[in-house]
Amino acid sequence: MTFNALVAISLAYVAFLFAVAYFADRRAQRSIGGWLSSPLVYTLSLSVYCTAWTFYGAVGYAARSGLEFITIYLGPTLVFTGWWLLLRKLVRVGRSQRITSIADMISSRYGKSNLLGILVTVMAVVGTTPYIALQLQSVTLSFGVFAVPNSEFWVPANPASTGLWVASGLALFTILFGTRNLNTNERHYGVVMAIAVEAVVKLLALMAVGAFVVWGLADGPADVLSRIDASPIAGWEIVPARWAGLIFTSAAAILCLPRMFQVLVVENADEAHLGTASWAFPLYLCLMSLFVVPIAVVGLAEMPANANPDLFVLTLPLKEGREGLAVFAFLGGFSSATSMVIVAALALATMVSNHIVMPLYLSRQSGGVTVAGDVRQVVLMARRFSIAGVLLLGYLYYRFSGGTEALASIGLISFLGVSQVLPALLGGLYWRGGTRAGAAAGLVTGFVVWAYTLFLPSFGAAGPFSAAMMADGPLGIYWLRPQGLFGITGMDPLIHTLFWSILLNTIAYCGFSIFTFPTPLERLQGAQIVNVFEHTLGARGWSRGSAKAEDLLMMAQRILGSDDAQALFQSEAAAQGKAGYLPDTTPEFLDHLERELSASVGGATAHAMVGQIAGSSAVLVEDLIRVADEAQQILEYSNRLEAQSEELERTARQLRDANQKLTELSIQKDAFLSQISHELRTPMTSVRAFAEILREGGLTEDENKRYAGIIHDEAVRLTRLLDDLLDLSVLENAQVSLTLGTARLHELIDRAIAATGAMTEVRASGGLQVFRNATDEQIDLITDADRLTQVFINLIGNAKKYCDADAPELRIRVRRQNGLAVVDFIDNGSGIPARSQDIIFEKFSRLSDQAAAGGAGLGLAICREIMQRLGGAIEYLPGQGGAAFRVTLPLAVGAARAAE
Amino acid sequence: MSKRVLLVEDEPNIIEAIRFILSRDGWSVETHLDGATAVDRIVAAPPDVLVLDVMLPGKSGFDILKEIRADPATAALPVLMLTAKGQGRDRELAERYGASCFMTKPFANAEVLKTVNALKSGAFGRV
Repeated sequence: MTFNALVAISLAYVAFLFAVAYFADRRAQRSIGGWLSSPLVYTLSLSVYCTAWTFYGAVGYAARSGLEFITIYLGPTLVFTGWWLLLRKLVRVGRSQRITSIADMISSRYGKSNLLGILVTVMAVVGTTPYIALQLQSVTLSFGVFAVPNSEFWVPANPASTGLWVASGLALFTILFGTRNLNTNERHYGVVMAIAVEAVVKLLALMAVGAFVVWGLADGPADVLSRIDASPIAGWEIVPARWAGLIFTSAAAILCLPRMFQVLVVENADEAHLGTASWAFPLYLCLMSLFVVPIAVVGLAEMPANANPDLFVLTLPLKEGREGLAVFAFLGGFSSATSMVIVAALALATMVSNHIVMPLYLSRQSGGVTVAGDVRQVVLMARRFSIAGVLLLGYLYYRFSGGTEALASIGLISFLGVSQVLPALLGGLYWRGGTRAGAAAGLVTGFVVWAYTLFLPSFGAAGPFSAAMMADGPLGIYWLRPQGLFGITGMDPLIHTLFWSILLNTIAYCGFSIFTFPTPLERLQGAQIVNVFEHTLGARGWSRGSAKAEDLLMMAQRILGSDDAQALFQSEAAAQGKAGYLPDTTPEFLDHLERELSASVGGATAHAMVGQIAGSSAVLVEDLIRVADEAQQILEYSNRLEAQSEELERTARQLRDANQKLTELSIQKDAFLSQISHELRTPMTSVRAFAEILREGGLTEDENKRYAGIIHDEAVRLTRLLDDLLDLSVLENAQVSLTLGTARLHELIDRAIAATGAMTEVRASGGLQVFRNATDEQIDLITDADRLTQVFINLIGNAKKYCDADAPELRIRVRRQNGLAVVDFIDNGSGIPARSQDIIFEKFSRLSDQAAAGGAGLGLAICREIMQRLGGAIEYLPGQGGAAFRVTLPLAVGAARAAE
Repeated sequence: MSKRVLLVEDEPNIIEAIRFILSRDGWSVETHLDGATAVDRIVAAPPDVLVLDVMLPGKSGFDILKEIRADPATAALPVLMLTAKGQGRDRELAERYGASCFMTKPFANAEVLKTVNALKSGAFGRV
């Protein structure tokens, strides 16, 4: 087996993973559900816990320390078997609060504090980078085993370049499938599917090697058991303190590791999957560890004394000439390493972009959050750069400390580092008294103790701590010795750190929590999260009425994209019993919106963005009392008769709207009479005055001609007004017969623009610039081309008349959506005020008194009638930065009719 | 001394017609299109007679009338209101705000001329 052949096999395997991820992503786009989100895939994706460190390292661990390696599996097993207690709550909170990462979780629980988000992010990056380096090392080492056949020590051919290739490849994969879009729920089906496949590969690989060892090298299970008895492994004793400590650490790690939080909580599609995972995941871990001891025992016996036990999984088959098996084992290790790196990079990138990059970007942007433009690209770019940055960090770490003892032992050190989140996490889930200050104090304390006693010393004498300092303490202060704090000696360094860091962390967390006063938002979040299973009273984080729905829509569009944002607002408005895109900005709605946004940019950022528009989140005293008093809560809940009151509220809102509309209409009706009088009398005045002047005679030839011209023009104006009135009345009485035919949308818009171009009388210096996309407009319709063109002419003409920008522009956007053609006309003027948006389609509802505009205010009323006849609709589209109208029409009028 | 009339009206063709009728009779006709700035113009240089339309861009003719009546300099200025709405309510409003005379569009040229001249000579008191 040449090195190149191995590279080719790895590349083929990676290509296969790409295909799997691509296929899964495609499938997820079409329909979410089916086997893609089955509990099995969920369980397998959890196996990202088993990295190369467990794949290769477990055997080495067993060869050195006997059964102790099993503690790394026992912790997670305990957590999963007791899922009902902890995991269920964690996942429920994660889903209900739209949590995007462990940093987001801590930040959201403690009043959406971005400071905490940054803190956890930094800790996660520091704790995870060495771990990523470890994975890169394992891949390079395993390449090395093949590169130098028959060597007992691996001498990586060119570790630096191999590591760089692996890191770049993984960055590419993660960017491609992890940042394809800003998923509304931050799930990555492609990545999860690829991880699940890798989970199967690594399990089968390890079991295949195990089976080969038991039945190929030894003579079956009985022989293996007797060999175990005879081997030095049997002599290892269990050290209770170390066992308990390691089980605790691994149990904490499965909750706190960024990558585990990602697959466990963020990628969870259904809470019920936890039930399956609670037995299936421990089973997976059990299978993973089944053959570890046999491989270690046989390896110790068969391999030379100085062989590296960490690589027995590879070297045993190679020594026996089983190249195929060795390659399979290699792929298993490769899978373990790559899946960890991909998920870890993804999770870290989400944290970095949501808690560090986005707040910076938003604070640097002048003009606040309602500026037009799409932030999604910024978020995605931030994620991509973060992924590349995280992998680069991992690679650099590997380059500068690779191959040393430090890296090999980094696994548990890393576990302990991220476990510092545990007190704040558990406290946050179960103790309402935990505060932001407490969480910050605990995190910082734990992290500092960990760094001081374990992480920094792990670099050895070459690192920041000299041997003298390790032995005598900093500046000779004995009780501050990094591995003998407070003069307590004789403890295992790992247990020493575990004990002190978690103890001091917890004390700081509880102490500061008790002595500080939580902000109202912290209290609300705390109550919501701790009581997530009880009824919730609704968030009530916002006060009513201060926010303008249109500003919110503008902001939401930048993050969710126009389609999703509009759909969200529309459905919310519909739920309130309103038509259109602008729901009332009730506290419930603001809260819902904030949750949707936080799925994309994290809780703290989303809260800040909504806060910019809605004002500070005023929490009412009554809300706090409600939250504080449990009994009161239950009483009130039963008294509320929620369903009825909600129904009443909706009806009342509908009535209020209807009443307001009627009042407006009645004013309109009065205005209609004087309007029509005005519209008729104004041209009449000119006609009569000039007719009298002409009758008296005595004018020059030029004057005669000119005054006759005026009379003619005014007569035309009168005729047009009457035509419009008749047109409308015909349309309203459904007497119109449509002339259906095939037409191409592009040509109809061409015609409309040409027709309005001729309307120079409107504004000679208008110079409206029209932006279109010809390819999008190539849609064939069966419709009444003349009528539809009339609508377009009206809309373009309106933009020409009323767009008040210095350089007026009109964008015409065409899209095909659910069998409908959607045509948006968006100008860059000052738009139509929200209170007028409901009435512009009524007759004579010209908003300004500008007679110069030359219309009678019938245009949009006619448009609405026409679109109704054509089976489509026309509506005002708020939040586009200017006046915007959306025309939707069926691709074939007949088809729509038949469907009705 | 020439006779000065100020016409506040936004329909170009109507302006041209009134200008023709009055200037043929020796009036010097000034015009103003915008309702919002009309009061400033009137107060700055009060004409002999003011012809005021009701539907104006920026500010309605009634509001303008109210303001010039409140200003002592123009409180007695003869004002002819023109309106195209032709509803009784408009006439009432014009009376309440102190228009000297009220006329509905379309008008007879001769009548406009007669009224403006009469206003100049003080034949009409307040309506």
